Amino acid sequence: MEKNKYKRLVEKHTPKENSLYHGLLAFIAGGMMGVIGQFLIDVYSSLLHIPSSDASSYMIITLIFIGCLLTCFGFFDKWVNFAKAGLIVPITGFAHSMMSAALEYRKEGMVTGIGANMLKLSGSVIIFGIVSAYVFGLIRLIIFGG
Amino acid sequence: MIYVNAFIFAGLVCLIGQIILDYTKLTPGHVTSLFVCIGAFLDTFEIYDKIILWAGGGALVPITSFGHSLIHGALERANNFGIMGLAMGMFDMTSVGIVSAIIFSFFLSLFFEPKD
Repeated sequence: MEKNKYKRLVEKHTPKENSLYHGLLAFIAGGMMGVIGQFLIDVYSSLLHIPSSDASSYMIITLIFIGCLLTCFGFFDKWVNFAKAGLIVPITGFAHSMMSAALEYRKEGMVTGIGANMLKLSGSVIIFGIVSAYVFGLIRLIIFGG
Repeated sequence: MIYVNAFIFAGLVCLIGQIILDYTKLTPGHVTSLFVCIGAFLDTFEIYDKIILWAGGGALVPITSFGHSLIHGALERANNFGIMGLAMGMFDMTSVGIVSAIIFSFFLSLFFEPKD
């Protein structure tokens, strides 16, 4: 079989990645997460009479708990396949990566399984966050004087 | 109005992440790490604080806020203690996210089986 013909056949049968559609879905899902976050801040600050800076911590705890719970029930993976970056980039993605690593390795025991592997996926976020924050903080302190 | 801003900002961050995922070979781990670095960079010159005032929860939900709160706490302590303060205050504001994620995933993983 000629190479060109084979190439055309392969092209015909590979599923088309519609990046516009994926981008729109990610935009809407991510935007909804932002709206939910702001809504939770408003609810907490009006119900508990606390400033919105404290309410944002409550909001983050709530979202992480929801993300962990939905991962346990198996909904989150389906939604990630659908909305992709719209759910990975928000803080729920951080909770999801930690939770799914813990679930995956729980068979290997508490210490060598859960303890050793829980940060397998989300560790890069923490490491790069700390390294970049330290470097940028040093630059700011040394060059701009705090 | 802040809800519209929150929708636009959080949506845009996720859209950029999706574009990076679609057009490069980077994995979600790369994208989130990159966004944390960007968040830390933006807060070095207090740009991210202004975004939070504008977009509220929309700026706190994406992972960029993780980088922002890391460097924000570090710089706050650094004003009083100098370079040592960077290490003292690094987790001042981020501990909420890290501690609750670890606690919830540890205890939930004791009760749930992985779904496959």
